[in-house]
Amino acid sequence: MSEPLLRVAGLSKRFRRGDITIDAVAGVSLDVHAGETLALIGPSGSGKSTLARLILRLIEPDAGSVCFDGLDLLSLRGAALRAARARLQMVFQDPHAAFNPRATVGRVLADPLRIHRIATRAGRPAAIARLLETVDLPAAFAERPLHDLSGGQRQRVAIARALAPAPKLVVLDEAVSALDVSTRRRTLALLADLQKSHGIAYLFVTHDLAAVRLIAHRVAVMDCGAVVETGPVRAVVEKPQSATAQALVAAQPRLPARSEAS
Amino acid sequence: MIRRLFSSPEGIAGTVILAVLTLIALAAPWLFPHDPLAIAGPALLPPFHDPAHMLGTDRLGRDVLAGLVHGARMSLIVGLAAAAAALFVGSVVGTIAGFAGGLVDEALMRVAEAFQIVPGFLLALAFVSIAGPSLPVVVAAIALGAWTGPARVARAEVLSIRERDYVAANRVVGMHPLEIALREVLPNALPPVMSLSSVIVAGAVLTEAALSFLGLGDPNRVTWGAMIAEGRAVLRSAPYLSIVPGIALIVAVVGVYLFGEGLVEASTSRRRYL
Repeated sequence: MSEPLLRVAGLSKRFRRGDITIDAVAGVSLDVHAGETLALIGPSGSGKSTLARLILRLIEPDAGSVCFDGLDLLSLRGAALRAARARLQMVFQDPHAAFNPRATVGRVLADPLRIHRIATRAGRPAAIARLLETVDLPAAFAERPLHDLSGGQRQRVAIARALAPAPKLVVLDEAVSALDVSTRRRTLALLADLQKSHGIAYLFVTHDLAAVRLIAHRVAVMDCGAVVETGPVRAVVEKPQSATAQALVAAQPRLPARSEAS
Repeated sequence: MIRRLFSSPEGIAGTVILAVLTLIALAAPWLFPHDPLAIAGPALLPPFHDPAHMLGTDRLGRDVLAGLVHGARMSLIVGLAAAAAALFVGSVVGTIAGFAGGLVDEALMRVAEAFQIVPGFLLALAFVSIAGPSLPVVVAAIALGAWTGPARVARAEVLSIRERDYVAANRVVGMHPLEIALREVLPNALPPVMSLSSVIVAGAVLTEAALSFLGLGDPNRVTWGAMIAEGRAVLRSAPYLSIVPGIALIVAVVGVYLFGEGLVEASTSRRRYL
């Protein structure tokens, strides 16, 4: 296969709290190819979210390298890093915490358009309306303050914000975990559609195996800050090799055979 | 918000006092069109004797009521302007310190401490005696001693806000750190800073009066502090010359303080419902 879109090699981060040190991420290496979805699963505290934030440079790693789309992300700073961020976006877990409490939908979506000079001031309302349309929200939402919206609607706005600068990779950090079951399904379907139409790659951080089956192509299993298993979804879900993956699969609630078939 | 302000007795009293004072200050040129520093009648006329000079006249025969009314302008202007400057500078410095962290934070906070260890009034005194007494200098001098409080409160608030997801989301979007700090974080850190405003305004009114009492106010404007100082020379024979502007000063400070209390009350009761 060709050069991966994202290549993470030997990435490490150690947190210190007084005398205690925690190796939150210890020498993680993984690849994400253009247009694919890599699910990153693992028990709570296994370092999934920390890894996601390290890749996005929201936290500075102690060691390792992140190559993204031909760029050495860790060497970038200032304006060059801000410009590179257009191609690497993120959707956060909690749709209530991910927006400035004072913002309106329109302002949130205008920010990336303005910062990355995607639409002129005059063209912004139309661009915002198009973005809202891609996530199945009416254009009139632009005027609404975010605190008026439901969790599912907010997460759609978060997806629209991530799509605004036309990214090649979107990190979804438990992006559907906070949503109720039906909203979760619709949001996952929307994400899958957007991948097909825009050719975006996803790094899908989750502990929800049902979601993994729906949307992912490959899975990486993390435990205690390290990747313990990688492989295609089918292989990992049906024949988990590592103890961590076996425990995650075993912990899934199973439905009676009949309703599973329907 | 306004209805809640009027639901507490402090809010009502403070609003009424401030509204009356503001009206008087705004109407001063119409109520007393003549220069309040000009001689208007016989000297040392006691209050309530001559309907032309309701509150009497001072040693030079200047009308006390006219001075009081024009002095209200100076007190309110200086108090509000100094507090606004202190709150503005304080919240910007505190936000940048809290948001940037590290060396910037250390440097800015050490500067703030350097200002804090000097008593605010001494600082104002020194500044005015160097820069010369004029309205902008007096405002700056008072703000100089008052910005550190808002800076500390803003910094503490920003330290908790900057860890929120929406700040990380703004970084992912590629926003400049300065824009995140001032446009996304600062407005959300303001409510606790604003609750300091009544104390700062009241303090600024008092500091202004003390400065002009010591003769460091703008000499071309009437101020309550200067009137009290003026009356001091004849304190035994004509105590009203110091007492009348003294009462005005107390009313203004209490009014500002009550208004601030009412505002805090109104905003906390709103939070309780959320």
